[in-house]
Amino acid sequence: MDTAHKHPNYILIWVYLAVLTAAELGLAFELPISRNLKLILLLVLAVWKALLVAMFFMHLKFERWNLRILFIIPLPLAVILVLAVISEKLW
Amino acid sequence: MTHAATTSAMRPPFPAERGVDAHNHKLGMWIFLGSEIMFFTALIGSYVILRFGAPGEWAKPGVVLNVPVTAFNTFLLICSSVSMVKAFAAIADGNPKQLNFWLLMTIIGGAMFVGIQVYEYTHLIHNGFVPSGVREGSELAERVANGALPEATMGLYGSTFYIMTGFHGFHVTCGVIAMLYIYLTRSLRGKYTQQDYRGVEAIGLYWHFVDLVWIILFTIVYLI
Repeated sequence: MDTAHKHPNYILIWVYLAVLTAAELGLAFELPISRNLKLILLLVLAVWKALLVAMFFMHLKFERWNLRILFIIPLPLAVILVLAVISEKLW
Repeated sequence: MTHAATTSAMRPPFPAERGVDAHNHKLGMWIFLGSEIMFFTALIGSYVILRFGAPGEWAKPGVVLNVPVTAFNTFLLICSSVSMVKAFAAIADGNPKQLNFWLLMTIIGGAMFVGIQVYEYTHLIHNGFVPSGVREGSELAERVANGALPEATMGLYGSTFYIMTGFHGFHVTCGVIAMLYIYLTRSLRGKYTQQDYRGVEAIGLYWHFVDLVWIILFTIVYLI
């Protein structure tokens, strides 16, 4: 482990997360837009927040690709799992 | 090589697994988290399919669930994630006192999250929102009878809500217990150093993952 590693600005990430959470609440309950658009925007904000946590708090941004792959591999598998069940229902 | 010899050879500095540049604790935790992604995907995927294949609309956001309380809880979990990463940064910089402080803050934050979730469950059940849907004779049952809430989907809503948030709460509880264990048995006794803080790093990854999952759950369960 590199002890000389400079830490990211964690407080700034915390501020981003707090602001994005407030934006989610405003979007969900205050903004008069269509339900589908609201759904897409809320999911984008949630994924954005999740990426901030994964990249900076879990330090994925600073890890080697060999380790990042451990986290990335299950993601397409997760999508396949959901699509498979959806297709079962459609079929 | 004996266990003692292996241990002394591992620290300090402890070796990284070839290829991934990560020690065993970290690599093991990442593999575990990979399996956890699949676990929560099964729950979230089932929820998406049940919700969009349901025989009608679900209750609108904020009608049954207490969103302000849960939004505060979400903020609390995010704060505990920050305190966890501050604990990691403290020991990586060779400051065990700050590690103790931030780890304790994280434990308190996590325990408060679980406490608020218990409070939320208590109130929901008191109002009549139970895992099987709506309890007969309750305040919520009256609203269903008045047509203010959709009768056909309340059962699915209740079961998916309690399963997803319940499993997440279980994960948070396990994290709090694990952090309390390393705080009392290792951190307070000064066993973590700038050369070896593998346990803090491993539990930190777990804790951030739990936060990450909640970020997704909060949106899809409470806001959509």
